[in-house]
Amino acid sequence: MAQYKMHLLVCGGTGCRASQSERIAGNLKEEIKNLGLENEAQVVITGCFGFCEKGPIVKIVPDNTFYTQVKPEDCKEIISEHVLKGRKVTRLLYEDPSTKEHISDSKHMGFYQKQIRIALRNCGFINPENIDEYIARDGYAALGKALTEMTPQQVIDQIKKSGLRGRGGGGFPTGLKWEIAAGNKADQKYVVCNADEGDPGAFMDRSILEGDPHSIIEAMAICGYCIGATKGIVYIRAEYPLAIQRLKIAARQCREYGLLGADIMGSGFDFDIELRYGAGAFVCGEETALIHSMEGLRGEPTVKPPFPAQSGYMGKPTNVNNVETFANVPAILLKGAEWFSSIGTEKSKGTKVFALAGKINNVGLIEVPMGTTLREVIFEIGGGIKDGKKFKAVQTGGPSGGCLTEKHLDTPIDFDNLIAAGSMMGSGGMIVMDEDDCMVSVAKFYLEFTVDESCGKCAPCRVGNKRLHEMLEKICSGKGTIEDVEYLKNLGAVIKDTALCGLGQTSPNPVLSTIEHFYDEYKAHVTERICPAGQCKALKLYTILADKCTGCTACSRSCPVGAISGEKRQPHVIDADKCIRCGACYDKCKFTAIHVQ
Amino acid sequence: MNKIKSIDDLRKMKQDLESGMNIREKSNSPESLVQIRVAMATCGIASGARTVMNTLIEKIEKDKVQAVVTQGGCMGYCYAEPTVEVRIPGKDPVVFGYVDSKVAIDIIEKYIGKGELLEGIIPVNYQTINEKK
Repeated sequence: MAQYKMHLLVCGGTGCRASQSERIAGNLKEEIKNLGLENEAQVVITGCFGFCEKGPIVKIVPDNTFYTQVKPEDCKEIISEHVLKGRKVTRLLYEDPSTKEHISDSKHMGFYQKQIRIALRNCGFINPENIDEYIARDGYAALGKALTEMTPQQVIDQIKKSGLRGRGGGGFPTGLKWEIAAGNKADQKYVVCNADEGDPGAFMDRSILEGDPHSIIEAMAICGYCIGATKGIVYIRAEYPLAIQRLKIAARQCREYGLLGADIMGSGFDFDIELRYGAGAFVCGEETALIHSMEGLRGEPTVKPPFPAQSGYMGKPTNVNNVETFANVPAILLKGAEWFSSIGTEKSKGTKVFALAGKINNVGLIEVPMGTTLREVIFEIGGGIKDGKKFKAVQTGGPSGGCLTEKHLDTPIDFDNLIAAGSMMGSGGMIVMDEDDCMVSVAKFYLEFTVDESCGKCAPCRVGNKRLHEMLEKICSGKGTIEDVEYLKNLGAVIKDTALCGLGQTSPNPVLSTIEHFYDEYKAHVTERICPAGQCKALKLYTILADKCTGCTACSRSCPVGAISGEKRQPHVIDADKCIRCGACYDKCKFTAIHVQ
Repeated sequence: MNKIKSIDDLRKMKQDLESGMNIREKSNSPESLVQIRVAMATCGIASGARTVMNTLIEKIEKDKVQAVVTQGGCMGYCYAEPTVEVRIPGKDPVVFGYVDSKVAIDIIEKYIGKGELLEGIIPVNYQTINEKK
């Protein structure tokens, strides 16, 4: 490997690629060539840095300069100033929103200060398409250690001792899951990686697969060794083309190096993986539905038991783990169970990756130790609420989770605390809402999602969720009654108790948790017919303030239904019965004479 | 492509590949490393700063010195270019002037390695705004 004195790391995650990071990498290379610096500086395309809000990111080491929102045309300046002359391009540095100071070193950015990166250890650090960089960072050393120095049971014991729990949402102890699968005798067993990430706004698994695909392959092989499986399958959604491409490249490189295939590292252990594509059905994240989908059947869940560990793919014992769970495994074997269990809380060890989204300043991907509070995540790492608005709620756990409010801000995040607070960890989506968000609409949004995604096998989920959604629709359109809110609560409880799988059992959660924490808002919708956040269109009342109206007629001309009348130069009026609440008049009025209630 | 047939193959491969990643690994904990900054403004480059920098990088790689080499802008000592600033953790930074390849190697062997002072140190006669706070 040539000795470069400078590495330019360009984010090649889906988000930054969408903002032309490939062209940026190309331009950087070209400029380097133009100035004859090919032997001094190297451009590397990496996985996600997590700071998606300010992408595309270009990070220059060794001086750790973190350039944000780089455009292809900035490349010339970066090379001629920074790489050639050592002068940082200040205008591209991150500006601290509170002090307005430019921060060049990412270590000093609030966004990174509280993070500990285990699952994301290689994301934004190595080139995911180059196995050599993974090996240089101790890649496949955990597999080598397991195969040559440890028995399968010893590996399982390490994982058990580390306290690692499933990161897909359930939080089931991973070591125990492996032990059960290992205990079942069969001629063939399977290791399955669940990469069917489906929560709205979640992109943790995608980023790991895009940024560090080898860690997943390595962990799957370790798992195969433990449970006695020689075949691994990654079930990944077809909407993740980049993750698929990088996984394929990684698997091909492994085969070339003999890290997949027969007799890995001379240990006599055979293992290989293949990819199966999901069509993007949310329910296929549920392990039994996922297995049926892989078998070519409809992606519908079945009753457990039998658990996949007893009878899974093709009726054989199968161990299914989530991407992020796997990503932790090599690190645990290399650094030890004690190290891992020293991070986190009493019952939730290690770290968790979250995808921060919604009304938050620093949208992005973060990894924090379990036990970090919501306040630290939202206000310190996330940089607080956008546009100085007030925090209202944070939704965790996706469509299966619930909303947490201000009073939960100081709750340390772990599996059990979130459940106690009426939400759940889920796979790690975290959507932040501000004062302008209507909680009834939020519940409706999630219900819409579950109604769409219900497989239709059991009545509580198929019919029940539809009814919940209809009632929410009714409340949002101003026709709800206080009894409807009670119906929502009752029906929600019944669905939770009677649905077949995890999807149905958790789908009423967004409704129930918003009723619990924002009852007043539901009440305002049904009794006063007001949407306090001003989001529900049907509950808006448009009026014209006579003292401000100049009678310019701009509003009446813009009204698509002719609901506004009045003489020229005289105050106009809106006919509330005709008005469809489209807001066209509000946008047209130059004198702020349209009042919205 | 050579196959990895044993754990020793893997270890050997890692050792060979490691140095290519060193620069990135080091950037994870710059505070605990010796930081060497070469002034690479026009005047520095014209006086041979680029060669000096390459010598420094090769030398720390060869001797496995825990140091990171970065480049900086003009430090103002144009008369003494090329200049190199060395910051050993816990010590005040020291600026060396008139550095050529020979001095560069002395800096690493004698100053960083043994703590001996060398000829050609420029007394620091300024404060930066960061230190003033």
